[in-house]
Amino acid sequence: MTRVRDLSDLALRQQLARGLNLETGPFVFRIQSDETPVFTGLRRLYADFPVSDEAVADFHVRIRRPPGLRRWYHPQVRFEHDRDIPFLPLPARHAFAALEWGMNWCIAGYAHHYLTLHAAVLERNGRAVLLPGEPGAGKSTLTAALSLSGWRLLTDETALVDLKTGLLWPMARPINLKNNSIEIIQAFAPDAIFGDKAVDTHKGTVAHLKPTTDAVLRMHEPCPIGWVVFPRWLNQGGPRLKARPRADTFVFAAENSFNYSVLGETGFRTLERLIRQAECYDFRYHTLEDALASFERLAG
Amino acid sequence: MNAAFQRLLAVLKNAQDLAVLTPEDWDALLRHARSAGLLSRLALDARELQLWDAIPERVRRHMESALVIAERQIRAVTWEVHKVYEALGPLGFPIVLLKGAAYAMGNLPAARGRLFGDIDLLVPRDTLPEVELRLQFHGWHSNHKDAYDQRYYREWMHEIPPVTHISRGSTLDVHHNILPLTARLKPRADILREEIVPLPGYPNLYRLGDADLVLHSATHLFHEGEWAHGLRDLHDLYLLLIHFSTQPGFMDHLMERARRLDLIQPLGLALYFVHRLFGSWADPATTAVTILKLPGAVQRWAFMQGFAHAHPDFSETFTPAGLLYLYLRAHWLRMPLYLLIPHLLHKMGRKTPAKG
Repeated sequence: MTRVRDLSDLALRQQLARGLNLETGPFVFRIQSDETPVFTGLRRLYADFPVSDEAVADFHVRIRRPPGLRRWYHPQVRFEHDRDIPFLPLPARHAFAALEWGMNWCIAGYAHHYLTLHAAVLERNGRAVLLPGEPGAGKSTLTAALSLSGWRLLTDETALVDLKTGLLWPMARPINLKNNSIEIIQAFAPDAIFGDKAVDTHKGTVAHLKPTTDAVLRMHEPCPIGWVVFPRWLNQGGPRLKARPRADTFVFAAENSFNYSVLGETGFRTLERLIRQAECYDFRYHTLEDALASFERLAG
Repeated sequence: MNAAFQRLLAVLKNAQDLAVLTPEDWDALLRHARSAGLLSRLALDARELQLWDAIPERVRRHMESALVIAERQIRAVTWEVHKVYEALGPLGFPIVLLKGAAYAMGNLPAARGRLFGDIDLLVPRDTLPEVELRLQFHGWHSNHKDAYDQRYYREWMHEIPPVTHISRGSTLDVHHNILPLTARLKPRADILREEIVPLPGYPNLYRLGDADLVLHSATHLFHEGEWAHGLRDLHDLYLLLIHFSTQPGFMDHLMERARRLDLIQPLGLALYFVHRLFGSWADPATTAVTILKLPGAVQRWAFMQGFAHAHPDFSETFTPAGLLYLYLRAHWLRMPLYLLIPHLLHKMGRKTPAKG
């Protein structure tokens, strides 16, 4: 099996020009782009990912410059999936972030063979923890720290729940960190590999963290749920884990699903089964060390 | 026409072909069918013909996903029609559902695996104030506050400005005719109401008669300026024609209605292109086609560009010219030039163009 790291710089650029078949968990993205940030981002962050030789891709995506004079003056790029152009163009230097957001958009919009939730998922000892994302709650920071501390990353952004088995499927894609979180994780794990920072995006400054090789090698291993934890970072105080009612967890998860209502009854049954199998908690923390210790106890 | 488009047509004509495609074929077909809005129909065909196992796993997943969306849309349309019925059912005149909502509520084959847009209704023109008021009481409000838009719709169009539901966000297009008042062809709405068919379970809700349904579908398609769903809409027509033409005398009746409603021209185009893209469905069609005026070479070429460009990646060098021709043709049919030119200039001069 070829992985991105097996390709020379030239070969990677050539494949990107034609369409690179990037395999990320259950999906194959055929990515076409001549933009250097896309090349650099894939080179550095997707090094361990397989290059699929399957003829069929799930999504054909492109990052390219829209027609017009902006090609030369403050050049911009846009994300395209077949005929969809979901976002306004971004500055060309944000091409890799545009690709990441576009890939998320494809999954949210087309992967209705899963129940998709806006949440991070990690695994320890064969059980998965689902971290739903309240914006600003520190979900990505915690996900990054856990993924560098023995927890296997399944996903940072979109949880894929199997409609038949209820298992959670990995994608193992890079973790999107914003603003202060970038420095926090750089301080936490000085050896961690980051992509180039994209400054002044609509989400502020963003940078992507390379997933661990183990997480990528196990991208086809689904996992049953163990816990749902709602993290919240506070600017003081010790860690506190408090049970959260399942009904309340269900409602929050349904509201934070990309396709709960699209799936109708199947969506309800899938989510109901998922939440029923999970221990549900609210979790408040100040330091990452506290948080990791708490999660260690949780995993037993 | 390119190979990918030919392959899509081939499987729409004969779904058994789904079993013999190579993975390379599938890679192109999946994208093409998905952007044309036809993947869910192919998925239903594959299931019914028990070809599911012959299709690559990765493609099947997207077919499942497309079926989930199609089922969801049927639920959403049914619910929305129910709410419309609550609002307008008590009125003393028939409410006629058009297009997708009519296919769905009338259990017609064109509803099969279809994606729906807004809900379209037809009511008598003199009842519009009452209809609008009742819709407002039930939460549907116009989002076209602009004076130009209001005038555009109310003086020239065949519908009032679309209304959107304040909590559900669903949009209704309330029509009093099937073509703009300014259009070259002048179908009379009272003639359309002669043959309306009641919808089961909703007293006072109707759809157009079988022939008129075909005529409206054809009229809508061949007055359309945007061709994103051209192929899907033509396939709707194909399914409707197959379904209705099993009734004895249907094609003759269709001709008769087309004459009375001044819709000979769109019917001619519809029969020509259904025949050309999907093949003949029954003998009467052959005679019918000879009676009607057929499109000339330029029109044939331009419409084929419209149908084929369901996927922009498969666009040919002169496709944009063909699409521009269709866009201008649609506007020319909908409005005389002395109205059209100022209207297009007005649209160019602002950021969010009016519909039409």
